[in-house]
Amino acid sequence: MAVERFPVEATHILMFARAVGDTNPIYSDADYAAGTEVGSIIAPPTFAQSSAQFDPNYFLRPKPDKKWFGSGRTASGTLVRDLSEADGDDVADERQDDKQSGAAAGGLHAEQHFTYHRHLKPGDVLHTVTYEGEKWEKQSRRAGILKFSEAVTEYRDEDDELVITAKGVGVVTEKVIDD
Amino acid sequence: MALSASQLSVGDSYSEQIVDDLTRTQIVQYAGASGDYNPVHTDEKFVTEVAGYPTVFAHGMLTMGMTGRMVTNFVGDGRLTYYGVRFTNQVWPGDTLTAKAEVTDIRDEDGAKLVDIDITTTNQDDRAVLTGKATARLDD
Repeated sequence: MAVERFPVEATHILMFARAVGDTNPIYSDADYAAGTEVGSIIAPPTFAQSSAQFDPNYFLRPKPDKKWFGSGRTASGTLVRDLSEADGDDVADERQDDKQSGAAAGGLHAEQHFTYHRHLKPGDVLHTVTYEGEKWEKQSRRAGILKFSEAVTEYRDEDDELVITAKGVGVVTEKVIDD
Repeated sequence: MALSASQLSVGDSYSEQIVDDLTRTQIVQYAGASGDYNPVHTDEKFVTEVAGYPTVFAHGMLTMGMTGRMVTNFVGDGRLTYYGVRFTNQVWPGDTLTAKAEVTDIRDEDGAKLVDIDITTTNQDDRAVLTGKATARLDD
């Protein structure tokens, strides 16, 4: 799950800030930002998560040459068909990706933590390394057995300095939580 | 616009409504910006017929991102040293969310003044959808 090159760009920061509803000019207006303590546009605190855009194999992005598990002609391009007419290696690969991402249907994001060594700005070019962390199980009345797994991602700049340390916890639930 | 240690006390709080009537379009917008296109967030047909949920729901990271706006409006830009959350309930289209920060400690570390805050984001039924903590640098 390593991202070899994550260029931090002003347009991407603008789009990300819009998506989280943040109109603070520190995320979009270079002239305004130049007159502030930080001195330049910076990225919002959760922006690092969008490094997924630069992971060539990111499982939760449709790719032109692969079946997608969301709907098209049928309610799912892979998961439904999968049950009756599994077509060999591709499906097996995707299923493997499923397990690795911990975020496919039935998988949920349980926790996310960011430690900031400094804040991101346009022009940064980062790379990431992800380590698997702890795994544990818990019994829940609402969702059955919960399987948690932790992943730690280090975001480093071109000098290999640590910029952000992110820790994500994914959970796969036995039953759908629908309230 | 950062906070000063001298003007802040444990127990001080700050809150903002971070979204009123969350739209499916904003969830799509977040999918596009973040790159997380999991169809449980945007694909009504998949999420109801295959995944078994009543409708699409927001990315946890969208709630964390919207809550982050409240946090940075409180502590100032570029001041966070830590921000971490647990997602405690799902967020659905139509939800109205309020995020609240409460100061739990003001302390010194390596010559810098830091503030620790507890964070809770609740929906229109006063149910917590996110709980977390953050730490930020303060002016003296």
